Amino acid sequence: MNALTPPQYARTYRYDEIDREFLQERIAEFRGQIERRLAGELTEDEFKPLRLMNGLYLQLHAYMLRVAIPYGLLNSAQLRQLGRIARRWDRGFGHFTTRQNIQFNWTKLEDVPAMLEALAEVDMHAIQTSGNCIRNTTTDEYAGATPDEVVDPLVYAEILRQWSTLHPEFTWLPRKFKIAITGSPNDRVAAQVHDVGVLAKRNERGEVGFEVHAGGGLGRTPIIARKLRDWVPESEFLAYMEAVLRVYNALGQRENIYKARIKILVRDLGDEFTQMVEREYERMPRDRYRLDPDIVAAIGAHFAPPPFAALEDQELPEDPEFRAWASTSVRAHRQPGYASVTISLKPIGGIPGDASADQMEAVADLAERHSFGEIRVTHVQNLVLPHVRQEDLHALWQGLRAAGLATPNIGLISDIIACPGMDYCALATARSIPIAQRISERFASLDRQHDIGECFINISGCINACGHHHVAHIGILGVDKRGEEVYQVTLGGSATNDAAIGELIGPAFSYDTIVDAVETLITTYIAHRSPGERFIDTYRRIGVTPFKDALYAPA
Amino acid sequence: MPLLEDGRLRPDDWTSIEDDAPLPEGPAIISLARLQAEAATLAGRNAPLGVAVAPETQPEEIAPFLSRLALVALRMPKSKDGRAFTQARSLREHHGFAGEIRATGHVLPDQYAMLLRCGVSTVEVPEGTRPETWARSRDAIRIGYQAAQGADHPLSLLRRKLELA
Ligand code: HEM
Ligand code: SF4
Repeated sequence: MNALTPPQYARTYRYDEIDREFLQERIAEFRGQIERRLAGELTEDEFKPLRLMNGLYLQLHAYMLRVAIPYGLLNSAQLRQLGRIARRWDRGFGHFTTRQNIQFNWTKLEDVPAMLEALAEVDMHAIQTSGNCIRNTTTDEYAGATPDEVVDPLVYAEILRQWSTLHPEFTWLPRKFKIAITGSPNDRVAAQVHDVGVLAKRNERGEVGFEVHAGGGLGRTPIIARKLRDWVPESEFLAYMEAVLRVYNALGQRENIYKARIKILVRDLGDEFTQMVEREYERMPRDRYRLDPDIVAAIGAHFAPPPFAALEDQELPEDPEFRAWASTSVRAHRQPGYASVTISLKPIGGIPGDASADQMEAVADLAERHSFGEIRVTHVQNLVLPHVRQEDLHALWQGLRAAGLATPNIGLISDIIACPGMDYCALATARSIPIAQRISERFASLDRQHDIGECFINISGCINACGHHHVAHIGILGVDKRGEEVYQVTLGGSATNDAAIGELIGPAFSYDTIVDAVETLITTYIAHRSPGERFIDTYRRIGVTPFKDALYAPA
Repeated sequence: MPLLEDGRLRPDDWTSIEDDAPLPEGPAIISLARLQAEAATLAGRNAPLGVAVAPETQPEEIAPFLSRLALVALRMPKSKDGRAFTQARSLREHHGFAGEIRATGHVLPDQYAMLLRCGVSTVEVPEGTRPETWARSRDAIRIGYQAAQGADHPLSLLRRKLELA
């Protein structure tokens, strides 16, 4: 088997000749656009949206290529190829993002066509990872593995991917457009802070349908989405999506980019927005947009379950170090005798979401050996091996440890989301990565982290909120105050079913004092918590005042 | 300005008329405001009539006049402003408009195929435009993954072979 041969059972969508032809045409088109730019036939203003729609950003120090990982699903051949690209055309690293994509932060313009060719070799691309179009759909990182799932969202995420690819009507929207879909009643995709959030479910007859929310978002105006409809039948899924996008494309603001997201339109129109979508939906020639059951079945075949062995659930080996890792990284699987494993990309003091070329190759090998060659990227910037035999967990852990990937901190205080911030991003007003590194060093003791329990810290380097700070238990936003980086703290955010925007606690902290402030919040929580309470539970029970007093009380 | 149709340039036989200027004998494009104000008098006119609509105009607003119109000119103030795509699709799909839909303003060759797939028939382009660039752009990608207005034939699943030439 060639290193680029996809593993037999990994549930990635398999390209056929038509998909490959499409991709080759797209690469040729972009190469032509680069040539027209170089020949002066395109101005930089005209070229910019074209390069963005091919995933190419201009950052602080270099171009950045953002590669799509559709719904965060990779097979081992693809991950191996990403490692090769990192080694050959970047500085040996890739950066996994909260949108389940990967970014190469040190890209040279002249290398881009070769990088795109290398991606195409494993059926990957960078299309629509940027620009005012429908972006990569995100989904549950445990899709197809988690016991609480009602509908496997991968099939519908792939249908959305195909439908939105170079959509003739929705490629020049007022602003970018992000869809998240989950098939579990426990929302792990932050559906309510997306432009459109979809919850796939079943009715009494077992038929699939969709609950659709629209108009959520973070950024400088965080808003929780509005529910448009409780039930859209499967066959009308794309028709309903078209209706939502049409209303937005026609009426969304285009003058002020801070008001151009669908969330502002939905907020301003309220129920009228829902009515307009319904009206469009009612009058569309629905046959044209009908999602045929044959299509769903044919695409569904790409996502058939791998051949699980008939196994029993097992006791884990006694090894205490292994057990400490397993207690955070191992998650129940729907299939007896199997488990899902989350791989932390948050080593203490490291850069959240970074993986080296060697690590990507190591994970690809381990996935082949233990998880049918399937890998997921999570919106918390970690990786998942979805289907691991419980009897293999100890061996897998040793393999991960050898690659420096066994930090046992999933869901704990050092499992931090951080945007690139001032280290890479041209829009940043403050550093973000170093704050994450320093917090993780401060709480380096794993015993202490386990004692603190689940606590989500998210950090953004500017108001655009790429680090999702609004929906963290402890959110940190870096802003510029008269030339000095300062950090605002919000408490009590959540991105799950009980989605909430965090509350600003008071005056900002300096670069030097922000880590102390986090520590004060944690000691306050420890002092007040009742048995079994997480940080967020205690905060909800006792409110903001005790935390405020602890932070701002005169010494 | 020349017109691009089927990937080739051709002269424009329509004239755009200011609101206060008299209407000529031949094909004339007027504003929506004038169309609304002079609907009664215009009803008796024999020469072809077209209307230029702003990006914020909803196709419903011109629906009552469509049976009398041979052309609707849409405007893209900036190439990034994609409202014309939805206007065109709506004119074809909801209002059954079969006349010429023309894209004017700042249109890029890279948008040509998508405009055609939304139901646009012609593009007003600057003097000196090289039609080959537009034709090449149109033909760069021959596969579409979703239903649209253009002539295409479904291949399988969501896909279709585009017939834009
Ligand atoms: C370094 C280059 C980047 C630039 C220039 C950039 C730019 C932006 C801008 C301008 C916004 C605000 C958009 C709006 O609300 O209309 C935004 C939001 C966002 N970005 Fe980034 N970003 C970058 C990197 C990232 C990275 C690395 C991630 C993932 C870790 C990311 C994920 C997001 C997310 C999730 C939002 C969320 C807000 C929302 O969708 O409502 N971005 N970004
Ligand atoms: S939040 Fe701001 S600093 Fe961070 S990546 Fe986004 S735009 Fe850049």
